[in-house]
Amino acid sequence: MHRICTAFAELIGLFVDDGRFAGIIVIWLAICWLVLPHLVGTSIQGGLLALGLLGALIESTWRRTRR
Amino acid sequence: MTTWGHLAPSVLASFLASLVEFVEALTVVLAVGATRGWRGAIGGTLLALAVLTALVIVLGPALTRLPLAWVQLGVGALLVLFGLRWLHKAILRSAGIIPLHDEAATYAKQTAALRALSPARGGWDGVAVATAFQITLLEGIEVVFIVIAVGAGGADLLQSAAIGAGAALLLVVALGLLLHRPLATIPENILKFGVGALLSGFGTFWFGEGIGVQWPNGDVSILALIGGFLLTAMAMVSLLRTPTGQG
Repeated sequence: MHRICTAFAELIGLFVDDGRFAGIIVIWLAICWLVLPHLVGTSIQGGLLALGLLGALIESTWRRTRR
Repeated sequence: MTTWGHLAPSVLASFLASLVEFVEALTVVLAVGATRGWRGAIGGTLLALAVLTALVIVLGPALTRLPLAWVQLGVGALLVLFGLRWLHKAILRSAGIIPLHDEAATYAKQTAALRALSPARGGWDGVAVATAFQITLLEGIEVVFIVIAVGAGGADLLQSAAIGAGAALLLVVALGLLLHRPLATIPENILKFGVGALLSGFGTFWFGEGIGVQWPNGDVSILALIGGFLLTAMAMVSLLRTPTGQG
């Protein structure tokens, strides 16, 4: 049982290391899913998606550095 | 149209990401073999490879029945989480904020822990089989996920991602057989840095495809995304670097 729990935790750990960082990414992806398809200027859709993710990376790294 | 320029990023991403995973698995399998015997180490590894093969045989066809947009959406989101996690950690390691991963230290820790356990009494060594099985299965699942995720755009991309992972497996097995020690000289953090950017780029692209984003220049946008993640990460390392930071 202990081994199964450990393996499961490690499996989740593949995607989630810092809970807040993962949470911000998931929220941003959800916002993009809801909003981007309705934006008229198609050339900016991808840019907005990527900029939000880069913002999450920068925020998380700064926060970890200041800890 | 399928071109080398179209397939090369998926081969490279899959090869480098799988290389990191196989190196980590090799360290533990070598520790098991050296301390508990090669029979259990190889037995556990082969058992895990059999389970992984079964997983691919069962899940592979199931994935092809799902609408491509759903697969791209789900796989893209997971790949973004996976890739950005690697990139985040690689930035912190390169800047000297957290220590670098050390395969030699992992090997020493594993061998010490395995020696401390009671020896096997004849037959198969349960500890050796379970330890080798667990690490191979876990790292193998990561590789299967990477191949599926990188190749989410179609059969040609999936094939090139599988070729990349296969090449990484062959290289690590060959080096393991040749050297019989952990591959501590492989610059793991530089690999993770590059692979984190590659996987984040692919993940962003697939997620965008899944929600209907119209990428300028189609697949070529993947290269721009990878470049964007890489440049941002390098800029962050320059800004945050401490005297102990290294690649």
